[in-house]
Amino acid sequence: MADVALRDVVKRFDNVEAVRQISLDIPDKEFVVLVGPSGCGKSTTLRMIAGLEEASAGDILIDGEKVNDVPPKDRDIAMVFQNYALYPHMTVFENMSFGLRLRRFPKAQIRERVEHAAKILDITDLLDRRPKQLSGGQRQRVAMGRAIVRNPKVFLFDEPLSNLDAKLRVQMRTEIKRVHQKVKTTTVYVTHDQVEAMTLADRVVVMNGGRIEQIGTPQELYHHPKTRFVAGFIGSPAMNFVPARLETNGSGLSLRVSDKYAFPVPATRTERYRPHVGKDLTFGLRPEHITEPRGEGRDPRSEFTVNLDVVEPMGMETMVFFTVGNTEVCSRVEPSAASGPGEPMRLYANLNHMHLIDPANDQVL
Amino acid sequence: MTAVTATSVPRVRASRVQGSLQRGRRWALVLSYVFLVIFAVFFLIPPYYMIVTSLKSNAEVAHLSSNPWLLSQGFTFEHFRTLLKETDFLIYFKNTAIVTVCVVVITMVVSVLAAFSLGRMKFWGSGILATGIFLTYLVPDTLLFIPLFQIVRGLGLLNSYWAMVLVYPTLTVPFCTWIMIGYFSSIPKELDEAAMIDGANHMQMLTRIFIPVALPGIIAATIFCFTVSWAAFVYPMAFLYSSDQLVLTVGTVTSLIRADVYQWGMLMAGALLAAAPPLIIYAFLMDYYIAGLTAGATKG
Repeated sequence: MADVALRDVVKRFDNVEAVRQISLDIPDKEFVVLVGPSGCGKSTTLRMIAGLEEASAGDILIDGEKVNDVPPKDRDIAMVFQNYALYPHMTVFENMSFGLRLRRFPKAQIRERVEHAAKILDITDLLDRRPKQLSGGQRQRVAMGRAIVRNPKVFLFDEPLSNLDAKLRVQMRTEIKRVHQKVKTTTVYVTHDQVEAMTLADRVVVMNGGRIEQIGTPQELYHHPKTRFVAGFIGSPAMNFVPARLETNGSGLSLRVSDKYAFPVPATRTERYRPHVGKDLTFGLRPEHITEPRGEGRDPRSEFTVNLDVVEPMGMETMVFFTVGNTEVCSRVEPSAASGPGEPMRLYANLNHMHLIDPANDQVL
Repeated sequence: MTAVTATSVPRVRASRVQGSLQRGRRWALVLSYVFLVIFAVFFLIPPYYMIVTSLKSNAEVAHLSSNPWLLSQGFTFEHFRTLLKETDFLIYFKNTAIVTVCVVVITMVVSVLAAFSLGRMKFWGSGILATGIFLTYLVPDTLLFIPLFQIVRGLGLLNSYWAMVLVYPTLTVPFCTWIMIGYFSSIPKELDEAAMIDGANHMQMLTRIFIPVALPGIIAATIFCFTVSWAAFVYPMAFLYSSDQLVLTVGTVTSLIRADVYQWGMLMAGALLAAAPPLIIYAFLMDYYIAGLTAGATKG
């Protein structure tokens, strides 16, 4: 049990800066997910916490103690790797107990700890098997078991579910969450999958190009992204971005997205947006906020008709795609309300959930 | 009508493709068998000839009109008996065994440690060193024995089989190191990282993870090393001369060929007995050997 802190940490590989001066505080027992596209520096950050990479500058603290020069084995951390990294010549029991045996724990205690961890992960029957005889999900459990038995200060997960098929991934995701609720160890988890990040994390750290874009709870990131990158990265399907311009419309504002379409800006936002009238902006709205006209108290001026290009039925909802100006826009509608491709459809844009982005610095206004 | 054509055409095409695949496979098999049989016969002729000759009496060997491929006058173990009782064959055998065991142990210790450090602990110049080690393997022993002669004499080891323990590793260490570098690099990097986090130091990582995981490779390297030192000829020929120091390869030839008198029966018996240990080791470890040579080709 410990908190983890990064202070202006930098990692350079030759002349490439993989991690650019990031700072992050992770309190005790928190589950933090580092998420971002490949090459954003998330794995490197995790490996620096583990001690597998040296930080080029800045400090890494575990439990308030600077660990930059402490080797991995003395940092009291445990790590779960993407490809499990189980020792192929050892049984599950031997795999899980390897760390304890190296640290010369008494035999009885090793057995007790391994059995306890096996029970948490429901792998008691597998203790005598070798990794080769296990399925992907079972191997992942063993890898987690190897981390749990050590009872470390910090758990580190490096894309642990990427090698599993979709169904198993969802199952193991729940499993990881369940284990964390039981053992309550501070956890840093790396993934490129934003759904994984949202479902698992107490707090999500969105990284891009070696920098932290935003830190926040999943809900914060979803509803109040600070940058265009976060707005586009969090949420699936991704947020629609359409070039737009703010215009004065009587006492209020309206948002013009094309010659044909202009929508009234909700009164609660007019003051915030007023300084940006006349500027070229990017209008962001999630597909779930463009629907068939529904809900009480909607502004009829935000309804519009489009010709659908593509219709993708998903079962419980249907994605429809249409073009505004030169941009393709996705919308999530009730399957019964969807028209066919090439046909017109009446849609409603709920601007209470809109985001306006300044293209000059990609910041959300 | 169109529906019928639409369904029947692909079916015909599919069966044609399948048919040609089967035919192709059959041809490939036939060719494989033909060449394998040719090779097997070709390489089994010398051992067969050795067995037949070693079991013939001297009279039959010398008899020019008898068929050299067949035992026409019964068989005798006389050559084996004379070889073991009346020559220094057993001394050569013992010397060879001592030299080989020592060389195998030295080689494996050196090359496993070298391969682990060169392949896994990336350090400045490790790449160049690894290539350098392999280059030394490319210098043939037929050239090396001249400078090595000076060194061996300088060390006072001329005409001592311990000189072999010193010089054979120049042949075996580079190749075994090279094999082991390849084998170690096929072990995923995460495995040592996991071990490092679990608390292993480099020595523990090597002994508890790498050696057990790379065992097939180590066995392959061991077999190679065993074969090289068991069958080496040039170095013992150059450095050894008295019969209490000779090894099998040179001893058998020098003691059983006197000027132009070839004791064929005993030569063949000696060759057979000398070939037995490698044969037995291969037979037991063949599966490992093949697994070791093909490791790293695919990520298992």
